[in-house]
Amino acid sequence: MNFSEVFKQSNQLCKVSPDGKYLATCVQYRLVIRDVNTLQILNLYTCLDQISHMEWSSDSLFILCAMYKRALVQVWSLEQPDWHCKIDEGSIGLVSSRWSPDGRHILNTTEFHLRITVWSLCTKAVSYIKYPKACQKGLDFSRDGCYMALAERRDCKDYVSIFVCDDWHLLRHFETETQDLSGLEWSPNGCVLAVWESCLEYKMSLYSLDGRLLSTYSAYEWSLGIKSVSWSPSSQFLAIGSFDEKVRILNHITWKKIAQFEHPAIIDNTKTVYKEIEKRPAVSSDEMSLHDITVASSLFSTQSKYDISPLPVQIPVVKPDPDRANPKIGVSALAFSSDSRYIATKNGGFQVHSLNWHCSGDSLILIGKDQLCLCYMDADQNNE
Amino acid sequence: MGDWGLTETSMDNYEISILSHVAMSPSRHNNLMSAYSLPSSKSSYSVISAFCTEDNIPQCISYINQELGSLGLAAHIQADPPGRASLNAAPALNAMYELLQIHRRSMNNVEELEKEQLKKTSTLEHMQTSNSRLKDQLELSIREKSGLHETERQLQLKLKTLQSCLKTEKDEVQKLQSIIASRASQYSHDAKRKEREAAKLKERLSQLLVDRKDKKLAIEMLNSVGRSDGKRSHWKTAKATASREAEMYKSLLSDYEASQRALMLENAELQKVLQQMKKEMMHILSPCPPLNRGGSAEESQELGDSDREERSAETSRETLDQSCEHAREQLTNSIRQQWRKLRNHVQKLDNQASLVQNQPPSNAEVIPLETHEHEVERMRLEVQQCKEFIHAQQQLLQQQLNTSFDDETAALLNGCYTLEEKERLKEEWRLFDEQKRNFEKERKNFTEAAIRLGREKRAFEEDRAAWLKHQFLSMTPFADRMRSSSSDGQSALSVKSEPEIRTSSSKAPPVKSSAYTTFSTPKSSKSAAVPSTIDVCRTLRLIPDYSSSRHSNQRRWQESSATEDEESWLKSKSKVCSSDLSIFSLDEDKNPLT
Repeated sequence: MNFSEVFKQSNQLCKVSPDGKYLATCVQYRLVIRDVNTLQILNLYTCLDQISHMEWSSDSLFILCAMYKRALVQVWSLEQPDWHCKIDEGSIGLVSSRWSPDGRHILNTTEFHLRITVWSLCTKAVSYIKYPKACQKGLDFSRDGCYMALAERRDCKDYVSIFVCDDWHLLRHFETETQDLSGLEWSPNGCVLAVWESCLEYKMSLYSLDGRLLSTYSAYEWSLGIKSVSWSPSSQFLAIGSFDEKVRILNHITWKKIAQFEHPAIIDNTKTVYKEIEKRPAVSSDEMSLHDITVASSLFSTQSKYDISPLPVQIPVVKPDPDRANPKIGVSALAFSSDSRYIATKNGGFQVHSLNWHCSGDSLILIGKDQLCLCYMDADQNNE
Repeated sequence: MGDWGLTETSMDNYEISILSHVAMSPSRHNNLMSAYSLPSSKSSYSVISAFCTEDNIPQCISYINQELGSLGLAAHIQADPPGRASLNAAPALNAMYELLQIHRRSMNNVEELEKEQLKKTSTLEHMQTSNSRLKDQLELSIREKSGLHETERQLQLKLKTLQSCLKTEKDEVQKLQSIIASRASQYSHDAKRKEREAAKLKERLSQLLVDRKDKKLAIEMLNSVGRSDGKRSHWKTAKATASREAEMYKSLLSDYEASQRALMLENAELQKVLQQMKKEMMHILSPCPPLNRGGSAEESQELGDSDREERSAETSRETLDQSCEHAREQLTNSIRQQWRKLRNHVQKLDNQASLVQNQPPSNAEVIPLETHEHEVERMRLEVQQCKEFIHAQQQLLQQQLNTSFDDETAALLNGCYTLEEKERLKEEWRLFDEQKRNFEKERKNFTEAAIRLGREKRAFEEDRAAWLKHQFLSMTPFADRMRSSSSDGQSALSVKSEPEIRTSSSKAPPVKSSAYTTFSTPKSSKSAAVPSTIDVCRTLRLIPDYSSSRHSNQRRWQESSATEDEESWLKSKSKVCSSDLSIFSLDEDKNPLT
């Protein structure tokens, strides 16, 4: 494996275009576009302020750069480097900015979630959506890009609005049965919307596209509830990871639990357990020159490898402080493989930021704070 | 107490009674009294005369003196005047007085003793009663104690359960407390967040009010961008909204239809599986009657009947569409029924099996497990014994073969064995000679036949030569046709001769094979008679050589016959043997046959 030279970036803003041809990185207030194969700089754009967020449009023609401090969004075009677009939210501030699925509209969420402004790049028109809810995941686009679901809160009640992304008109608006909606997610086939409560109550509600409540599911009461949710790519299963360190899978016909996976502290019943073993070079504390420090913190100093641990394996459990909110227990990340055969879960306080499957469904990438790991699956192996 | 109004006579009676009862207990006081009173009525004189009479007064006096001395009293009684029947009154009276005193004292003692005895008996009784009372009390108290133990135990048990309940309750309380704590922390966290946000809002609001320089929101674009799908945007009309709704419903419906299709397929498969299960269950249940025995036969007969009825009824139902709920219900009901029947049947079989195991076998069909096992064991033993026997036999045989007896017996033994062998060999030799003779005969016949054939062949050849000459001289285009016809005839004849070959070959295969071997390899044959066969073959071979001079393929014939297989050789030989010589001479036509 060869490595290229190290490029600078800031804010972890480094994204490959959806068509896979270009790589965009942000360095402070500059946006650098490179060709993926040659890594030659194709374009260089300068924004007005430090870029807080950068996103490719779905057709890889435009990039938006949001500067939250100055409530500015600048859009750059790949085809025409001269083209420029600047959206100024004014005094109302900017908290988040994103593309719509068609790549021609930008949705800006203002400060304090006062409203969402929908800017159209085709017509320069503006639409407003009032009372968006400030929650973990209050906005979701369906996979085919037709519909957008938005959580709203008015008069201490939760509502969900479904918009048609073509012309942004409101299709449905209905009240949900939640006390404090924490997130919503479309099923991959776009027919079911999963809506879940905040972690104070375990409640998952399922609504059909036209706003009817299909079913609710609640596994237990009182303890902290849902932490993470994931649909299977075939829309057949909905995986719910909760704070009690269990993953429950619901099926799409009856919306009842069909499987439950636990994360016990002592693993005894799986096939293989891979354990990461880190070997840190011993750095004597006397000779702490600058050089030593940089060496110690470089990417290649801590070598880790994965060993197969013999069963039963005891996972080190760190009991979280009960006085703090959002404790680091529970299943925090779920990912289905693309053929819906496997699900990868992350439980507890492991330093894994994200789990993503390869689209062929046989390898998994774990991205941690400093490292990433690719797990390849053989025909009859399972990774934990 | 003694009656002092005793007369002398009674005193004498008392003396007598003393003599007769030397040791008298004080309890015999009444007896004494009776002893006193009894003889008083009688004439005392006759009694007194037993001890003291007029004659033996001095002896009595001496005796009484002795007695008094033994009692410790002064023995001063003497007769006065001596030798006469009267006594000295004073010592006698003194003695009497002293005796009376003694008596009184002893009576007093007796009385006291009796009093004491009474007292003691009464205290004993009292003790006994108190003892029994105390025993009863003790028993009662023991029972009470056990009862109390029991209650104590139960209370302890209750205590334990209550403690465990308490523990669980405490745990639950703790859990709930922890939940409350976490919820409380979550609430406070959220509340703080909201408060911070509100504070920020307030700050912002105040800033804006102060600032008043409202920066308008604006967008500047170099030029509008086309739509992603390239089309123009549409006006927002009611029709558009309706079409949107329609689209949404369409997508929902298509999704439902897809799921329904999948469910239908699944349903159909499951129904198929259920049908199959039902059929198999019926099948299992119905051939029961011949296997069952006893009372269960009728039951299973009933089962079989009901099954058949059901089957006939249900096959008609099965033709209906299974998707209707009625049919589905029926199917599930019938499956349940069948399953119940099957389960009952299996249970019955289990019971039967256990019964049969327990009871002695009443039915010849069913052999209980033990006898079966016995039989098996017995057979195993038999097998083992036989094996041992065989082994022993083998050993003995070995022994006999290897044993080193003295030479005589060894020779004798060997002689015995060899004798047997010799006999056998003689028998075999005899048979062999017989066979040899038979073969000789046959061979002779063959050679004669061969010679005859040779002669005939020669004659035929001459005829043929003449005929051919005649033909040649009268040359016609029909000569070829003649040849071909004769070759057909030859092939037909060869076919005919096949079975002949086989029969002839089966008769004397060793002879022919030996002949063949001698032909192809120069090995010598087994018996001495073979060379004559060789001669025959040679003559046979040579005969065609001599007879036809037109042989261009003589050599070929020889070679081919050398290499040909047995069958074709036999074929040719039998052709020689057969009387029809028309085949043989046509060598050119015969060769393709080889």
